[in-house]
Amino acid sequence: MDAEELYQEIILDHYREKHHSGLRPGDDEVHHVNPSCGDELTLRVKLDGDIVEDVSYEAVGCSISQASTSVMTDLVIGKPVATALELFDEFKEMMHSQGKMEPNEDKLEDGIAFIGVAQFPARVKCAMLGWSAFKDAVAQAEEEK
Amino acid sequence: MRGSDVFDVTAMRQDFPILAREVHGYQLAYLDSGNTSQKPRSVVEAVSKHYLEHNANVARAMHQLGVEATGAYEGARLKVAEFIGANPEEIVFTKNASEALNLAAHTLTAKLGPGDEVVISVMEHHSNIVPWQLAAERRGFTLRWFDVTAEGRLDIEAARESKLINERTKVVSLTWVSNVTGVVNPISEVGAWAHSVGAIMVVDGSQGVPHLPVVGLIPNSSSGGSLSSSSGGSLSSSSGGSLSSSSCASEAQSQDLTKNGAASCVGDPIRRSAPRDRGGDCVPLRSASSAQDDVARLSQIDMLAFTGHKMLGPTGIGVLWGRYDLLETLPPFLGGGEMIEVVRMEGSTYAPPPARFEAGTPPIAQAVGLGAAIDYLSAIGMDQIAAYEHRLVEYALERLGAVQGLRILGPLDAKDRSGAFSFTLKTPSGLDVHPHDVMQLLDGKGIAVRGGHHCARPLHERFSVQSSNRASLYLYNTEAEIDRLAEGLDYVRDFFEKVK
Repeated sequence: MDAEELYQEIILDHYREKHHSGLRPGDDEVHHVNPSCGDELTLRVKLDGDIVEDVSYEAVGCSISQASTSVMTDLVIGKPVATALELFDEFKEMMHSQGKMEPNEDKLEDGIAFIGVAQFPARVKCAMLGWSAFKDAVAQAEEEK
Repeated sequence: MRGSDVFDVTAMRQDFPILAREVHGYQLAYLDSGNTSQKPRSVVEAVSKHYLEHNANVARAMHQLGVEATGAYEGARLKVAEFIGANPEEIVFTKNASEALNLAAHTLTAKLGPGDEVVISVMEHHSNIVPWQLAAERRGFTLRWFDVTAEGRLDIEAARESKLINERTKVVSLTWVSNVTGVVNPISEVGAWAHSVGAIMVVDGSQGVPHLPVVGLIPNSSSGGSLSSSSGGSLSSSSGGSLSSSSCASEAQSQDLTKNGAASCVGDPIRRSAPRDRGGDCVPLRSASSAQDDVARLSQIDMLAFTGHKMLGPTGIGVLWGRYDLLETLPPFLGGGEMIEVVRMEGSTYAPPPARFEAGTPPIAQAVGLGAAIDYLSAIGMDQIAAYEHRLVEYALERLGAVQGLRILGPLDAKDRSGAFSFTLKTPSGLDVHPHDVMQLLDGKGIAVRGGHHCARPLHERFSVQSSNRASLYLYNTEAEIDRLAEGLDYVRDFFEKVK
């Protein structure tokens, strides 16, 4: 696969826009790093009962990790926690499919653009950074309930 | 391919089959030798020949194959010793430079405690930081470090003002060449300073030994006098108190060191053996106009760590050279087979160096491979290699310096600079292209560079950059490959300019 194909227009758009970026008040905060490249992400979640009310973040990272985090916030904000965690599983499965899976556009929406990244094992971690941080933050918030 | 009049690079590349590989439809341009070097056919063949024809354990196997394997392993030790101008009994084989530095940090700090100080620098690879941090936690000594100048050179002036190395300093551990900036440190100057206060000087040679001649790095190597010979072959003898620096006042020395080109004295109060002829106790310092000149005067060190895989050898083999009279005072690092003298359930005694530090079955075939790598490098000549790489560095500085939006971390002149180029890339509209994205698009063109902090996070923090890309050169690289890198960077910058 050509490296340029990795950088789908959708990914580059999110890299430019970074939806929901910036830190806002939340219930819980996590800090994740990718030690191999030094990428860092601080992420907060705010829950309203069982609904993900807000996800905010501040990150230093590559286009893949930044765009993936942006797409993730679009997908999970406003959804029930259980649905958001199902999306996490769906996205994770796609990322570990080595690009062989037929991605579910109805569920993952812009997230399907990352199917190409799944063919680059070294970059899967980048795409998962924001998602993993979100899952941790939610788990933390639920524990405190 | 514009080659070299020093040696025929085009012909030499034939010895490295991997360099002819295609990657993503392009011929590989391997610019990641600072990470690990490629291997010539002779090294691979030496390893496989050893396994296919001579394989046995060393030392403990007494049969014919055991004798051959032991001969091959000890023969490799001899080659390493000759290569760096040391004695074979001063060569400890480890699995890599990290293990060598851990060995140094563990054993040299065994008797340190609160009030003692160990000095490193902010430009160190993590493997010359973390072992000392771990030791500091165990022993309670204080870890201090050199800063760098804005250009990325070791800030000796600031260190002198703050008396960084002082009477409390017990060990100084410094990299010879930075794996990020390519800076070649003034090892002899720092070593003389360390010795003037009685501290041990450890050098991380991982990025130096593969690229620069080590002649003169090891004390006494040029004069041929060795510890074992000067002490009449009795390796354990120590004459005690016979200081080779007796004719030099350390105060005068430290003043001299601050002056460019001033002659200075080789102080070495910790050396306990008989004085050796080192061609005079006073050597000129800092008058060098080139890295090569500087290297020739490196003679102020007690330990040198390096690794085989960055110098055309296999992975899994590293080296710690240590002055014999120092090694023999140190406790073991790892316990196990072949490092002992007598084992009793109540306690054991230990073998003399280097066996004391080589517990268990060592990396035998890897040592043989390293020996073959040294043969390969020596056949070309380290002087030739250094001269060729110096020209590549000059060319790369010129070529990369012209890439719009590129910031090179480290000196922009080729003096005292090796072939590691770390850089960041910015688009005209101000987007910092992330190193992973740079690396990915270059890889798509068959150009292999590294992205990240290159195991030197503190130095990146010092430069206020989160991470960078690094292109690192070796003897088989060409100007044409540097051209491809520069053109590749233009392409990456333009690709991401479309984003913003």
